Amino acid sequence: MGTEAAHLEPMSDEARVGQDLFQAHNCIACHQFYGLGGYMGPDLTNVTSSYSPMYARAFIMNGTANMPKFDLSDEELDAIVAYLEFVDETGTYPPKEYRVRWFGTVEQEDDPR
Amino acid sequence: MIARDDGMIGIHFMRLGMLALALGLFFGVIGSFQFLFPEFLRELLFTKTRPLHVSLVVSWIFLIAIGGIYFYLPRQNNLKLWSYKAANIHFWVFIVTGLAILFSYLAGKFGGREYFEFPAALSVPIFLSWILFGVNYFRTLRPRKEPWPVYYWMWGTGIVFFFITFCEAYLWLIPYFRESMIREIIVQWKSYGALTGSWNMLVYGTAIYVATRIAGEEKTATSKMAYSLYFLGLFNLMFGWAHHTYLVPSETWIRTFAYFVSMTELFILGKILWDWRGSLETFRKHKYCNAYSFMVAADIWVFVNLILALFISVPAFNLITHGTHITVAHAMGSTIGINTMILLSSIFYVIREELPERAHAACSDQVRIGYWTANISLAVFFTALVLAGFGRGLYDGLSFQDMMVQIRPFLLVFAASGVTLMVGLWIVLWHAYRLTGQVLSPAAGEPVPDAA
Repeated sequence: MGTEAAHLEPMSDEARVGQDLFQAHNCIACHQFYGLGGYMGPDLTNVTSSYSPMYARAFIMNGTANMPKFDLSDEELDAIVAYLEFVDETGTYPPKEYRVRWFGTVEQEDDPR
Repeated sequence: MIARDDGMIGIHFMRLGMLALALGLFFGVIGSFQFLFPEFLRELLFTKTRPLHVSLVVSWIFLIAIGGIYFYLPRQNNLKLWSYKAANIHFWVFIVTGLAILFSYLAGKFGGREYFEFPAALSVPIFLSWILFGVNYFRTLRPRKEPWPVYYWMWGTGIVFFFITFCEAYLWLIPYFRESMIREIIVQWKSYGALTGSWNMLVYGTAIYVATRIAGEEKTATSKMAYSLYFLGLFNLMFGWAHHTYLVPSETWIRTFAYFVSMTELFILGKILWDWRGSLETFRKHKYCNAYSFMVAADIWVFVNLILALFISVPAFNLITHGTHITVAHAMGSTIGINTMILLSSIFYVIREELPERAHAACSDQVRIGYWTANISLAVFFTALVLAGFGRGLYDGLSFQDMMVQIRPFLLVFAASGVTLMVGLWIVLWHAYRLTGQVLSPAAGEPVPDAA
């Protein structure tokens, strides 16, 4: 009913663990996916493709001036990065290729579906 | 003859709601300073202060709306509550669950999704107590033979749809939804959009109830326009949620449909309140001075929010505004400017009705100072968020930090006006809390000297 994403592989067990960790640390309070979430940190939808999985891992591991350093094991760090890579595959945000129609709607041309 | 105890559970709900707002504003101010100065109260992370702020402010909205229903039905409408015991259980379940949620946040024990970050098990008592509330509401109204004025329909619809949307918000626990990130995010935001619609039903129902009572006639609640508002609100509640997810990759029809459905109910509500204001007699305006002032403020905020809501509902503009502080401005304008002003009007209407001989209950300088401080601060706060949002939306560089530096002046104004907004509302709440305490005292309603 409009939300199918047939191009995607099912979420791996590792990514699922990462999703649970993302939720357990309430990361969405500061970060966003598809522009939905908090505004203190950047949107993470395409962080692994825009930069790299290692880049994301380094930030999570060390923290920043704005983000605390969470005490995560190597396995947990890998799991969160796997989750971010999975999210990255779902689509592009913000859209880079799109057409605005005369009545104000937007046709996104870089929708991977 | 209705016993004095009838409806007093509603006052307890309202007083609890006032405490929730006072505390919620405090956490909001802390969060806004953490936003700017990340070292500020580092022990209490933003990941804690944000859900504390949001949950307490949302609780305020529900508690005052629920309190009004428990108060107005038996106290002013000759409808004896089906079960006072159920209402009391509802109240205590809210207190105990609310405290458990606050402690889970403070301890950093999360596990839920945005806006319901607490462990999912804590949603069960909320769910069960809501069933109790719904049964109590509909069974209380059952003996009434006359057609329902629109506020009864709105309250009933709000109760039913909160139940449905609250369940929807937990569909992520089912693997079918969790397996697909897109499906899950769409369902999650569908539920939040409809959940907001359900509490708007409760709050706008309260607005129309108070408006009819202040005006002294039921026309506002039985007119064609009032029922039009109700049906448009219901339509919006069910189908107008997708403007939150324009940029999530889903089918185009979902977005296009939402675009056309969006934001009609605010216009109608504004029209009703506008018409009502024009028809009021001067005597009634004076008699319900505080309640009237807050309703006027809500009326003005409806129009301000309508303009912003229409703007961000156009997908082409939403490309710029989505995921920026403009969305926060819209949320704050709605929850503080519209909902909070309507709910404060409801509280001061109750105070005026229950303490008729105390002149200060109707109009007071304290409330006036708080009222103007809050509304002027909210205007500055709202403008700063809109400007910060444009700064973010129009930024075309790659560095998040660079963008944050550029919008920092607006965020400083936002944080400073947040402090004065909190102080203004605290003044109003203190006055309302003290007076509702007098409503509960056995001597309520007896004449006292004006200087009291």
